[in-house]
Amino acid sequence: MGFSEADIGAILLTLRLATTVTILLLLFGAPLAWWLARTSSRFKGPIGALIALPLVLPPTVLGFYLLLALGPNGPIGQFTQSLGLGTFAFSYSGLVIGSIFYSLPFVVQPLQNAFDAVGERPLEVAATLGAGPVDRFFSIALPLAKPGFFTAAVLGFAHTVGEFGVVLMIGGNIPGETRVVSVQIYDHVEALAYDQANQLALLMVVFSFLILLSVYGMQKKSHRQVLRFSQ
Amino acid sequence: MSMDYKKFSRRVLCLALLMPVSTVAAELTVAVASNFTAPAKYLAEEFEAQSEHQVRLVFGSSGRFFAQISNGAPFDLFFSADQEKPQELIENGLAIDDSLFTYALGGLVLWSRDEQLIQSSPAVLSSNQFSRLSIANARHAPYGIAAEEVLSNLNLLANLQSKLVRGENIAQTFQFVFTGNAELGFVAKSQVYQDDILISGSAWQVTEDLYSPIRQDAVLLQRASTNDAALAFLAFVRSSRGRSIIRSYGYVVGD
Repeated sequence: MGFSEADIGAILLTLRLATTVTILLLLFGAPLAWWLARTSSRFKGPIGALIALPLVLPPTVLGFYLLLALGPNGPIGQFTQSLGLGTFAFSYSGLVIGSIFYSLPFVVQPLQNAFDAVGERPLEVAATLGAGPVDRFFSIALPLAKPGFFTAAVLGFAHTVGEFGVVLMIGGNIPGETRVVSVQIYDHVEALAYDQANQLALLMVVFSFLILLSVYGMQKKSHRQVLRFSQ
Repeated sequence: MSMDYKKFSRRVLCLALLMPVSTVAAELTVAVASNFTAPAKYLAEEFEAQSEHQVRLVFGSSGRFFAQISNGAPFDLFFSADQEKPQELIENGLAIDDSLFTYALGGLVLWSRDEQLIQSSPAVLSSNQFSRLSIANARHAPYGIAAEEVLSNLNLLANLQSKLVRGENIAQTFQFVFTGNAELGFVAKSQVYQDDILISGSAWQVTEDLYSPIRQDAVLLQRASTNDAALAFLAFVRSSRGRSIIRSYGYVVGD
């Protein structure tokens, strides 16, 4: 097994992208999941549904709309241009934006389930002992929801690694910038380089299996379903 | 239950009796390289109008079709964007040797949606008026190979490397320019010209001495060797009417 320089470049880029996206999603996703778990607002349903959309939409739909939105005439494109940043399609930043939308439910839902499972009681007890809302979040909810954070991080990471349709639509296949492993595999197949495609594809299978094994192993330990795709 | 079944089978029998005794109409499925999308639709439409047959068109990249055909995809004809893939299918015993022919020579065009950007010359390529140039992936797309050839003949390939974005096939290459995400790109003439008139934007028709001809071959696949509809469609594509349709989309067709 020998990976070419281009293959290794694609692997490193994919890992960098997945890491960046996972960190950002945990930062943004945690408050969002916390709100969804605790609120009784009438917006809870619509916002939950909006977040879950990438689970059911074909990636081409997301990719196509992102391509239009990121373009010079799209809303995101006009915004980034007005900031003097140019447009984001065909760039690493563009991929980060796309992947955040794409992997959002895989991070928010396990976190929301974990916060749900914490329940009201420990928080109420903390409140009667004089803990403020911020203190309650950081010293009660966060530690109790730790397994949820683990699942969210692993799934968000793995899902971003497995991303293809969105990247194909907005990536433009630039080495070191947007050519991730899944696109590289596609290219190998298109170029009839089946041996190289096979090597990388096999790597993806093994990697994905190990990731899922770690999540299910964790679930068994905590006797609780952490992966759930509904309200 | 048995009554229902009887009633049902009587209906089926009635329907069967209404059908013509021997059906001349057949259906064929054609795998078409994406650059040839528009003319293929037109050819199929006219062919269907003058025959009993039904044509199902599938569009995509030649490389993917090659992989699918090698793994038993139910296609009858293959209109590739190059010559290598049909040839290799013949060598692998999956296509019929004497059916092979060049149905079109593709034309390469530098195109932008901006009507002012391209002044019917490659001058814009050495300017700073753009940040992204879209080309098809030269690793497997014939139009991408031609585009890189043009850039290297103009001594611009190294300079423009950081501005290149690559479409997986010529359809996506066009899409990048059409959505404005790339200011310009090397696309197929058939995508932006109709009857030798530019449909929109601005363009430069790349002169033929700057790239090797993009010969596109079609071949009858093994499973369709006795499919009348497939043979009839091939004959139509090679007829003078078929050739003039192909020409009207900016391809060069041999006589």
